[in-house]
Amino acid sequence: MTGSHRNHQLDRLVDRGWVEVKPFRSKNTTRERGAGERPVSVGAHPDHAENGNSLALSQPRGKLGGDNERERETKVTISAIEAEGLVKTFGKVRALDGIDMVAREGTVFGLLGPNGAGKTTAIRVLSTLLRPDAGRASVGGYDVVRQPKQVRRLIGLTGQYAAVDELLSGHENLYMIGRLLGLRAPQARARAAELLEAFDLADAASKLAKAYSGGMRRRLDLAASLVGRPRFLYLDEPTTGLDPKSRLALWGMIRGLVADGATVLLTTQYLEEADRLADEIVVIDHGRVIAAGTPEQLKTRVGGQVLQARPADPSDLAATERILAAFAGGEDDIYTDGQLVTVTVDDRSALGQVVRRLDDAGIVVDDLSLRRPSLDEVFLAVTGHLTQDESEPDHDPQRSRT
Amino acid sequence: MSTATLAPAGRANVVANTLTIARRNLLHIRANPEQLVEMTVQPFMFLALFVYVFGGAIAGSSREYLQYALPGILVQGIAFTPFTTAIGLNVDFQRGLIDRFRSLPIARSAVISGRIVADGVRIVWSILIITGFGVLLGFRFGGGVAGALGALALVTAFGLTMCWFMAFIGITARTTESVNTWGFLIILPLTFASSAFAQPETMPGWLEAFVNVNPLTSVIDATRGLMLGGPVAEPVTESLIWLAVITAVFAPLAIARYRRRI
Repeated sequence: MTGSHRNHQLDRLVDRGWVEVKPFRSKNTTRERGAGERPVSVGAHPDHAENGNSLALSQPRGKLGGDNERERETKVTISAIEAEGLVKTFGKVRALDGIDMVAREGTVFGLLGPNGAGKTTAIRVLSTLLRPDAGRASVGGYDVVRQPKQVRRLIGLTGQYAAVDELLSGHENLYMIGRLLGLRAPQARARAAELLEAFDLADAASKLAKAYSGGMRRRLDLAASLVGRPRFLYLDEPTTGLDPKSRLALWGMIRGLVADGATVLLTTQYLEEADRLADEIVVIDHGRVIAAGTPEQLKTRVGGQVLQARPADPSDLAATERILAAFAGGEDDIYTDGQLVTVTVDDRSALGQVVRRLDDAGIVVDDLSLRRPSLDEVFLAVTGHLTQDESEPDHDPQRSRT
Repeated sequence: MSTATLAPAGRANVVANTLTIARRNLLHIRANPEQLVEMTVQPFMFLALFVYVFGGAIAGSSREYLQYALPGILVQGIAFTPFTTAIGLNVDFQRGLIDRFRSLPIARSAVISGRIVADGVRIVWSILIITGFGVLLGFRFGGGVAGALGALALVTAFGLTMCWFMAFIGITARTTESVNTWGFLIILPLTFASSAFAQPETMPGWLEAFVNVNPLTSVIDATRGLMLGGPVAEPVTESLIWLAVITAVFAPLAIARYRRRI
């Protein structure tokens, strides 16, 4: 379903010449694909078919190709974004309580956590909008407190809400940013047109942004952060509130930017998003790093496999729980949500035994599965709660989210 | 990725950045054409109502009152024009646009100064409209061309000064509603408890005392002197001192608030 949308969109972008299709290397693995296979990771399980081709947005033509690839490989060990012991308090709330993180150049670094965990505060410190109370951070080798101007020259920021000027047209928005960045008028106009085309906004270029849909505003916002071709792109919950189609399109664009050598710092509450996009993830909660690593490492850290069963008859729930519990590693590894019983198991032969025992007990199940843990389960394991169920008040005092 | 196209942020860029932001703010008028109506029709209504409703009662004839009141109505009108500075900055903060501007390698002052330059254009427009209507209704300059130009320059300077004050209000207030509340609570008494509409000598002693220390009284008296050809040395000097003091206090305060507001 969604795959065909993406294909269609990609084809259009390619036809227009603003997007080039090339191998996408930066994610954890590089798999060979059949010739002619389309780059669609869309709709597939994140573990499969992740890497195909990617969108390379409007780079100067001469820069594409082998040089870029080699350059990226040599840079891969350089720490692009570094933070050490970042602390930021607002009144009594410690929004950041000693954050350490290192993002490598040319990768997607995911900052994951529930609302109020400190994600936005971290982004604001790293984009020089907030001074940390303690600790240090550098971007591209420049200190965010002592060399904010240099840092600003390297970054592009897309905040939580689309920060576009609603009373200007899409073109005027991008033209304005171009001029502010020191482009001459014709260059700024050309860059605006180029980005509008790439983000599928050319038809709405002269419409006021207040007439744009939510997805169009997000795309315009992202385009605005790309006018200066930033080396580091900060995306603060870029897909919050987007429909699935727009979300997939945005993911494609983000992959394309990384393929071009950009480093992306992404915050998200969507674990699937982090799983799909991020090379490395830091999970933060209450301003602290509670887990870090690649998505694979995090899943391995939780260990074992996830076994889930949903009894057809709700009255069998307790019995189902008892049967599954026998295979669980410990008390903490059993989790029941509604009618779905989830346990973490280490024994791969568990599934067969569970089937037999359920059958012996005369329990019919609608759903029975054994799989690798998802990031949701990782999150649950490390924080003790799910992002979606977050019921705490929002700690970030700085915004009224609308 | 190439960042080579970005120009270095120098002094020349502060000016360029300011003009870019000013252009952006002026483009907003196109999206809200009613602003233009407000800026044009409202002063005319105000002028006509005051002169014809109160003129006879206050000065004996509306023609005579027009001569007295026009400079006051002009200064009052310009005292309210900078509300757009306050509201505009406030909305930019709420919409996240300020974050975008602050994350760009541009002069931080350009966002405020661009706003003020744009409002300078509105101020000059309003001055010309109000004065033009006044002339249409029969106002006659008594201070010659130099006096008239001096008055326009002084009122423009006054408007820009008020922009700094209103920028401070706009950045400090959390919502546009509180911008309006605070703005009106402060500006409205200042404009009425002045020499704008009536002679201070006719007021109760306590009010007359306030009117005489009200900076707007100095600006109004100076404008009146320049437009009609009366004494100007003292009120103009007082006005310039007031404008310098208000700018010296509120420009740094506004910029400091701008830097600190999250």
